[in-house]
Amino acid sequence: MRGLLPFLASRLLRAAIALWLVSTVVFVVMRLSGDPVPLLLPSDAPASEFARVRAELGLDRSLPVQYAVFLGHVMHGDFGQSLHFRQPAIRVVADYLPATFELGLAAFALALLVALPIGIVSAVKRNSVLDQATMGLALVGQSAPTFFIGILLILIVSLNLGLLPTSGREGWQSLVLPALTLGAFAMASIARLTRSAVLEVLRADYIRTARAKGVTEALVVVKHTLKNAAVPIVTITGLQFGTLLGGAVVTETVFAWPGIGRLAIQSIYNRDYPVVQCTVFISAVLFIVINFVIDLIYGLLDPRVRSG
Amino acid sequence: MASSILASARAEPAPPSRARRTRGLAIAGAVFVALMIVTALAAPLVAPADPIRQSLRGRLAAPTLSGADGKAHLLGTDHLGRDVFSRVIYGARVSLLVGFAAVVVGGLVGQLAFPFILLAIGIIAVLGPSFPTLIVVIGLSGWVTYARVLRSQVLVLRSREFVDAIHALGGSVARVIARHVLPNVLSSLVVIATLELARAIVLEATLSFLGLGVQPPTPSWGGMVHEGREYLDSAWWISTAPGIVLMLTSIVVSRTGDWLRDLLDPTLRGE
Repeated sequence: MRGLLPFLASRLLRAAIALWLVSTVVFVVMRLSGDPVPLLLPSDAPASEFARVRAELGLDRSLPVQYAVFLGHVMHGDFGQSLHFRQPAIRVVADYLPATFELGLAAFALALLVALPIGIVSAVKRNSVLDQATMGLALVGQSAPTFFIGILLILIVSLNLGLLPTSGREGWQSLVLPALTLGAFAMASIARLTRSAVLEVLRADYIRTARAKGVTEALVVVKHTLKNAAVPIVTITGLQFGTLLGGAVVTETVFAWPGIGRLAIQSIYNRDYPVVQCTVFISAVLFIVINFVIDLIYGLLDPRVRSG
Repeated sequence: MASSILASARAEPAPPSRARRTRGLAIAGAVFVALMIVTALAAPLVAPADPIRQSLRGRLAAPTLSGADGKAHLLGTDHLGRDVFSRVIYGARVSLLVGFAAVVVGGLVGQLAFPFILLAIGIIAVLGPSFPTLIVVIGLSGWVTYARVLRSQVLVLRSREFVDAIHALGGSVARVIARHVLPNVLSSLVVIATLELARAIVLEATLSFLGLGVQPPTPSWGGMVHEGREYLDSAWWISTAPGIVLMLTSIVVSRTGDWLRDLLDPTLRGE
């Protein structure tokens, strides 16, 4: 068994490599996108003007030099000027980030609040009508496309029942449907895994011993089972948090939620590549940091992981 | 998503009656998928109308058997008067073609955890949406799953005694791979490919919904849901018809994958 420090170091190294890979991909994609200068200048600008802007952007230098300069800029959070917003791309992304955090946290909280009780009850009342109904629904939630869940919710809850707004970001009412849409996949996955983790523990010998001792069923579940079922639940929960980021692009577009997902799509339509690259990079950083933290928590909870 | 295998429940051993029911469901699933493939291949024969032909007089007609033009529109018409039923049928072509091709690409390439959809969006934004780009991007986004599962399986196989025995007898590494490792991982490969097919279909629909996938006027399920969004209030069928077919396809394909997993390779369960 290894100690905590080497484990930490190996995970840090892994995160650093992932970040480097992502920035390299961003660089390659940026080069593939062709010459950005015509986007910056009027088409009747003189050739000398083109040459000046090219030199200013460093496009007249060799590729390896450009790559090195790019990596330097990325480390300083410099992705260039947004063509649409006329300010640094990183500032634009920072402005849109809080809305995405708000949506992500709400979706995550909602998923946990719904999924954990459902998973536990389904396991305890296994094969009951409730169990079969919720697990059937969870299967649908896992395979249904996020954007269509959003469309269905708008159609039923907003348009037919008139209960909640269809889009925008005003008050808690406008947060409910996007959070439900974004959280649906995580909710379904966490409910299914919680159920199977609790079932697994309920079969263990020490549970039978506890029951034989005359411990009440409620106490068996709360005190003996949940603690032991926690490790796999924490893992899958962490994994789900990462995939929420990807789902945010779709959910924010469906509900016109002003976060970085929608910003990315709109920037693509605006041909605002600095913002697109910055969004991709920042999302990747968030994803890697979240995974790193989850790995650490997992390593602390279960020492066996460190050797893996 | 790549985590769907991880997320699949570790179900308790099924009682016989339940196993029979599972098998029935699986056969129904396989029939559904086969039907989809046939429909996609024979779209021109099956579809009652041209999926691209517009009719200004027959716009936004609700599902009907005798429309303004004297024809049946089982799922109504959209904002350009096109027959939604025919478009759903043609949409099957797009979804299944991209789905299958992406699975092949992903399998050929097949270790870094990352939300590939973001990268996919970046790449498509630059290269422009086209069929080949779409297939390659979706395919590449799936390779992590193959790599992760196959790596762990090969690691286990490699430490088995029979591999040592082959080495001791002078068998080459290539021989071990071709004759012993590949046949052993084949069933896992089939299972992952099926689960990946569901994922690829949903990803294609998602990208098309975002306007980054198959471009209009070619009908694709995701693109149709997007087009119908503005008419949700007045003509709900434009979005819901392709959406429900997409959802059913995705559920049935991934359930078939789950069933294949239980049948061929129970060790993959809840990894």
